[in-house]
Amino acid sequence: MLAPDLTLASDYFALLHVPRTQAQDVAVLDAHFRELQGRVHPDKHAHATTADQRLAMQWATRVNEAYQALKHPLARARYLLGLLGHDVAVETNTAMPPEFLMAQMELREAVEDAQVGAGDTAIRQLETLLDQLHVRMRAEQAELVRLIDTNHDYAAACDLVRQLMFQEKLRDEIDAALDRATA
Amino acid sequence: MALFQIAEPGESAAPHQHRLAVGIDLGTTNSLVATVRSGMSVVLNDEKGRSLLPSVVRYAADGTIDTGYSAQKQQAIDPKNTIVSVKRFMGRGRRDIAHVETLPYDFVVNENAAEGMVRLKTVQGIKSPVEVSAEILKTLRLRAEASLGGELTGAVVTVPAYFDDAQRQATKDAARLSGLNVLRLLNEPTAAAIAYGLDNGSEGIYAVFDLGGGTFDVSILRLAKGIFEVLATGGDSALGGDDFDHRVFCWIIQQAKLNPLSPGDARLLQVRAREAKEYLSQHSEAQITVKLGSGEYVDVTLSTEVFAEITRTLVDKTLAATRKALRDAKLAVDEVKGVVMVGGSTRIPQVQHAVSELFHQEPLNNLDPDKVVALGAAIQANLLAGNRTADEDWLLLDVIPLSLGLETMGGLVEKLIPRNSTLPIAKAQEFTTFKDGQTAMAIHVVQGERELVSDCRSLAHFELRGFPPMVAGAARIRVSFQVDADGLLSVTAREQTSGVEARVEVKPSYGLRDEEITVMLKDGYSHAADDASRRALREAQVEAQRLIEAVQAALKTDSALLSDGERQAIDQALTQLQTSLIADERKRIDSAMTALSQATNEFAARRMNASVQRALTGRKVSDVT
Repeated sequence: MLAPDLTLASDYFALLHVPRTQAQDVAVLDAHFRELQGRVHPDKHAHATTADQRLAMQWATRVNEAYQALKHPLARARYLLGLLGHDVAVETNTAMPPEFLMAQMELREAVEDAQVGAGDTAIRQLETLLDQLHVRMRAEQAELVRLIDTNHDYAAACDLVRQLMFQEKLRDEIDAALDRATA
Repeated sequence: MALFQIAEPGESAAPHQHRLAVGIDLGTTNSLVATVRSGMSVVLNDEKGRSLLPSVVRYAADGTIDTGYSAQKQQAIDPKNTIVSVKRFMGRGRRDIAHVETLPYDFVVNENAAEGMVRLKTVQGIKSPVEVSAEILKTLRLRAEASLGGELTGAVVTVPAYFDDAQRQATKDAARLSGLNVLRLLNEPTAAAIAYGLDNGSEGIYAVFDLGGGTFDVSILRLAKGIFEVLATGGDSALGGDDFDHRVFCWIIQQAKLNPLSPGDARLLQVRAREAKEYLSQHSEAQITVKLGSGEYVDVTLSTEVFAEITRTLVDKTLAATRKALRDAKLAVDEVKGVVMVGGSTRIPQVQHAVSELFHQEPLNNLDPDKVVALGAAIQANLLAGNRTADEDWLLLDVIPLSLGLETMGGLVEKLIPRNSTLPIAKAQEFTTFKDGQTAMAIHVVQGERELVSDCRSLAHFELRGFPPMVAGAARIRVSFQVDADGLLSVTAREQTSGVEARVEVKPSYGLRDEEITVMLKDGYSHAADDASRRALREAQVEAQRLIEAVQAALKTDSALLSDGERQAIDQALTQLQTSLIADERKRIDSAMTALSQATNEFAARRMNASVQRALTGRKVSDVT
């Protein structure tokens, strides 16, 4: 047999048939996701027995879950670190390097300042901040690949994941501010 | 002498029989039914050759119920009993309905519930919007059965993508009540994308802008390799052509300095307002002259400029929702390859203009915006009913339009499933008891994006009962929230330490309880008492036949997954179900079906695992990319 048996309990990497690494080829992930949903989605079993339909829903749900977890670099890192026995411990471990916190505070203030401004100026300022944040997050996502796949430095990877989650929250706040500014 | 049909025992006589399936667009203003005939999706007309059915229902004093054009004619004479735009009331409370004061209906104030779905007092008694919608669906079902010459296997009924759980559930209930077997609730913009995408063989990112009579949706889809993947959806389930009419209506009252109107006059003026709006799609000004029942005369002229002015904020709302959907999909305007226009209100020139300006391209209008949703729904229905051909191997992945959350301490919402998650999706959450011996708990599920419960829509209170009493904090109750491919939520709960499955009682905030539906179903048959049981028997027979066919097909391809003993057990259950079919006894059929289902559970699981295995490991990565 080519691969171990796949069941509903298989881990996400096995399920989507991709290597268990932080680096992922998104095109392959996309293709495998589509291939799998093409088999398991309830619409493909609409004329089958009730048991088949229930199973189809469970499988399709699981495949969606796997795809969501592996598609986003941050979610993928959390999941992978968990499989490797390292809990990111977002709730309990809130210690951050002081310079990171300083930078975050400055960004947050900039977001608040931008919201005070009116109309198009506010929108442009917020969009600029969002772009800057994205550039930074992309660089740190590359660093995550290095820490996990190459250096196997899981403790450092956990620290970086926590920082990235902080930034993701900030990104959501900017998104929400943009929603308000453009509504 | 008739020829005997010869078939192998256990094989159906007509394995490739075409199953009759339809797509239904249940619209605010008009409804349609379509089907796939000889590979082509076509709208089914009424006996007078008309494709649209006005979504109007009239309850007459003599007990008859009119739908469509004949009901529409009565609306100014009998406004209280002639219900228009009922879709706006589906899964909605009185406070949710815009301009409720200008509506001529007698709304029933719900006394035992704080809110609940609105109900209307008619000359034929109190009607819920679900029952009114069921009349429209029934008319379409009968039209389809007459036109196709047989009973329908099932229907795909469309809903606005932005409909919440209560509105979806109300639509599904209405379909059940009308005697339809619902194969799937399909989002309207997605249905339109199917009709367009399959016609043009398109690939890439598409936006569907769907402005109907009462609802607005925008969906961003990725079309690739036979998969329609919805990336984000947005909209407003209470924004549509009706609101444009209302702006014109108010403008007329203001211009003509009219006194308060009688219900009949109000309805008349609304009709004229709508006609003026429609006229302006082709002309630069519209004259509105009306003689009211009060004796007053109205004679005003509305220009396109003034019309644009008084409806500007409505168009702006649609643009804001479109931009938000693009942001949710993390896409820029220039990544959108095409914009599909759906819904009668996209005929308004300023809407066309605003959309082309936003996307820097001319929107696509080559399919009739009134019909495209029904046509797409018919294609999906055909597929789900099992009339699939080899070249029709495509799949639809849709999303949940609004986040689902739970009420927590202090009236705050804890997000459970974020909006735009691909369906089906599930989420489990663990709860514990806070009192010794507690055996029940309640969970309040809401839908919406805001942080406060009071700013979101209440969906339902789920009461979990029957888990074993323990000391406070010892019980671990795992509650699973599953949203299926129709976008409907179901909740199950299990106490983890004892493994006891909790009973879940649903108290929908704006829906009908199961008991109410059962009563309505029964009422529908009250004129012919044994009709109900005959129908139930017939349904059981159809269901059993379907199960037999499905199991036989599975055995044919995958019997290698079974041991001899397992195979024997399945064969035995199969034979029992086949014999029970001849007996014409519902109870016997039901129990034989349960037995066969149980016998094939494990087989089904193994088949699915094997299928997944084949999907990826059987071929090289390069083949699927």
